[in-house]
Amino acid sequence: MLFSKKNLTKKISVGATLLLATFVITTTGCTDKKDTKTKSTDVIGSDAASKVYVPPGKMDELYAFMSGGFSGQVSAYGIPSGRLLKVIPVFSQNPENAYGYSEETKPMLQTSHGFVPWGDAHHPQLSMTGGMADGRWLFINENNTPRIARIDLSTFKTVEILEIPNTAGSHGSPYLTENTEYVISNTRFSIPQGKNTDVPINSYKKNFKGVASFIKVDKDKGNMDVAFQIMLPGFDYDKARSGKGVSHGWSFFTCYNSEEEHTMLEANASQKDKDFILAINWKKAEEAVKAGKAKDFPSDYVHNQLDESKHTAFSENRKTVKMLDPKDVPGMVYYIPCPKSPHGVDVNPTGEFIVGAGKLASVIPVFSFAKMQKAIENKDFEGDAQGIPVLKYSSVLEGEVEKPGLGPLHTEFDDKGNAYTSMFLSSEIVKWKVATREILDRMPVYYSIGHLLVPGGDTKKPYGKYVIALNKITKDRYLPTGPELTQSAQLIDISGDKMKMLLDFPTIGEPHYAQAVPADVILKNQKKIYKLEENKHPYAIKSEKETKIERKGNDVHVYFSTVRSHFSPDNIEGVKEGDTVYFHATNLEQEWDVPHGFAVKGNENSELLIMPGETSTAKWTPKKTGVYPFYCTDFCSALHQEMSGYIRVSPKNSNLPLSFSLGKTDKK
Amino acid sequence: MKNLYGKKISKAIFISMIAFNIFLTACEKEDTKDKKNDKTTTTQETSTQAVATPSEPIDDGKGVGPIKSVTIPTTLDKKLVEEGKKIFEMKCSACHNIDTKKVGPALKGVILRRKPEWIMNMIMNPSGMTQKDPTAKKLLGEYMTQMADQTIDEKSARTILEYLRSNDTK
Repeated sequence: MLFSKKNLTKKISVGATLLLATFVITTTGCTDKKDTKTKSTDVIGSDAASKVYVPPGKMDELYAFMSGGFSGQVSAYGIPSGRLLKVIPVFSQNPENAYGYSEETKPMLQTSHGFVPWGDAHHPQLSMTGGMADGRWLFINENNTPRIARIDLSTFKTVEILEIPNTAGSHGSPYLTENTEYVISNTRFSIPQGKNTDVPINSYKKNFKGVASFIKVDKDKGNMDVAFQIMLPGFDYDKARSGKGVSHGWSFFTCYNSEEEHTMLEANASQKDKDFILAINWKKAEEAVKAGKAKDFPSDYVHNQLDESKHTAFSENRKTVKMLDPKDVPGMVYYIPCPKSPHGVDVNPTGEFIVGAGKLASVIPVFSFAKMQKAIENKDFEGDAQGIPVLKYSSVLEGEVEKPGLGPLHTEFDDKGNAYTSMFLSSEIVKWKVATREILDRMPVYYSIGHLLVPGGDTKKPYGKYVIALNKITKDRYLPTGPELTQSAQLIDISGDKMKMLLDFPTIGEPHYAQAVPADVILKNQKKIYKLEENKHPYAIKSEKETKIERKGNDVHVYFSTVRSHFSPDNIEGVKEGDTVYFHATNLEQEWDVPHGFAVKGNENSELLIMPGETSTAKWTPKKTGVYPFYCTDFCSALHQEMSGYIRVSPKNSNLPLSFSLGKTDKK
Repeated sequence: MKNLYGKKISKAIFISMIAFNIFLTACEKEDTKDKKNDKTTTTQETSTQAVATPSEPIDDGKGVGPIKSVTIPTTLDKKLVEEGKKIFEMKCSACHNIDTKKVGPALKGVILRRKPEWIMNMIMNPSGMTQKDPTAKKLLGEYMTQMADQTIDEKSARTILEYLRSNDTK
């Protein structure tokens, strides 16, 4: 267990806590297993089954959108049943529906480093209006090759991916402002910035810098654009939240490694008793940009957007961003000291309280926004960090939650003034009252919780009712599946005074953050089909009459269609070895839930899955002479098995002209 | 996901399965109370169904769906014919020819065979029709393919009707 792959993975994300973590896990493991089991049944409410049972034909109360972690995707679940509804491909290719394989979707995974087929998805967050989820979009960040994706919740499709320049490890993201004015991002890994990036690693303190990014979101269409970045000391910026209500206009980032070490961080970056929460006055930053205080900073990043009318994503290379230097904008950024190696920073529903979670700390500090404003006004500083004022801890502190447990990570809020903090090391959720910071209840979770979510728990008016624990380790909770085990979520009832465990359910990838929202917020915008009349794909055909095949040198373009249950055309000849064939399939269906699939034998590519009214393109480069069948892969009707055709590939020197047909039977 | 007769029908079967399950569950509950009562319940269920069939509306040839009556002028509206032809080619021609059978029946003479309301209901509500309309039910048995719902509104269905009329009007 100690040296399992899972623990090694955690090493990266949890850094310094690993030794302690494994120690706790080991000791837990050493205690009698029966003991653990007894504990778990103790906390299950006796009416748990009825609370999570959604009868056949009925729908769930809430949607939950879960980070797929290292799968790179997002999954949508029904809550309270824990039923998986859909895996939405975002940062990784998905052969099931040709995401990242079809010609139309390949551009979505384009970056300044080229085509990147995988990503490390982290924190999904629903778009907000007035501090409430509005059901329009879901944003999620990618940590490895820093990017932000936007998923359209009317289609559950990734419609935009923006690479974040000058950034490594986009971890504190997307953490939107209350009207989705900005998606924010930071740099978990500081890196050399500017033109000369070929520097010795041990020149870290001199050359390495962090960056905070503010990405503007178009109010109506949702399109993203990097509005400005702020150059920061080379600490490791970790988690983030934007203010709301009274603190709207500010964003907060935690940071560790204020030691600015570049090796053996688990020890070297854990030396100081306090690191920081960085507070950014983004309204001030906006003004500074308007006043021309930002410099054009050479950058290299790619912006990918889906044109829905063309069913096609397009990539655009970008070469510059507006960069702000805190020296030029006094009053824009401050550091708040926070014990010790803080991870999560969360803002309560009113926006007044900012909860830091030092993963090596023995308390949970709760900061007051009003006190912070006062401290800024009175210049109540205890020093500065590379020119950025450091506010006095005691002046900003509202109070501390004492003895909360071990390894506090993240906090969400309910509708009754309570906070729920996940404790990684002691593997529990701690419920405490925001006003008094008094601990009210504890719920053991199985095992090693990272994030947690309360439906609407980051909004101005949380929905409450449940908390979901997103656990890193499942060990003995499910039927074993070899060395690699499932990830896990646990649904807990918080409607009463005491938390009640209701349900375990597996998740895909590592469930970092997740958000849940009442189903009607999402249902009202659901799209069922793409209208054929609105299809502007250059290779679309709107009726079988338009069926055609074109040769352009070695490229062969097949304009074809699908309908229950045939392809038009279904007999094709005149293709030669060495040709590149583009199958442009338009699904002529206009009925919900009638996609057609397309696959051709031996294609070094995925299938296509074409939604009603959509056009999608599979590229095929046949290498051998022969007759190849193609067929529909998604059971579509009584005559689905008959939905097939043949394409003939002739030798390179063949003179056979291109031809195609449908329904032409043998005359001889 | 989809069963042999397309999605809508599969849902119907599914619902009837649920109904059957509920029925069974009900029986089980009854069973625990009194075994004799169980029989009574079964008979009641059957008799309700038996009564339900004759009470179904008499087939007036207009089909089942949103269209209750259409007024058809004696002359053809050429503009409607043109529009209808365009929509027909985009949304219908993959399965229907005018003169020959394709996936569905040839549409020559359809105006003479069916009432205009029936035609428009078939266009707008194909699954409802193959479930409830006796003529459409028979056609499903004959062609073995559920006609696709191409999301066609009343205005568009009317233009398609006019196009079909143009093929049958000299």
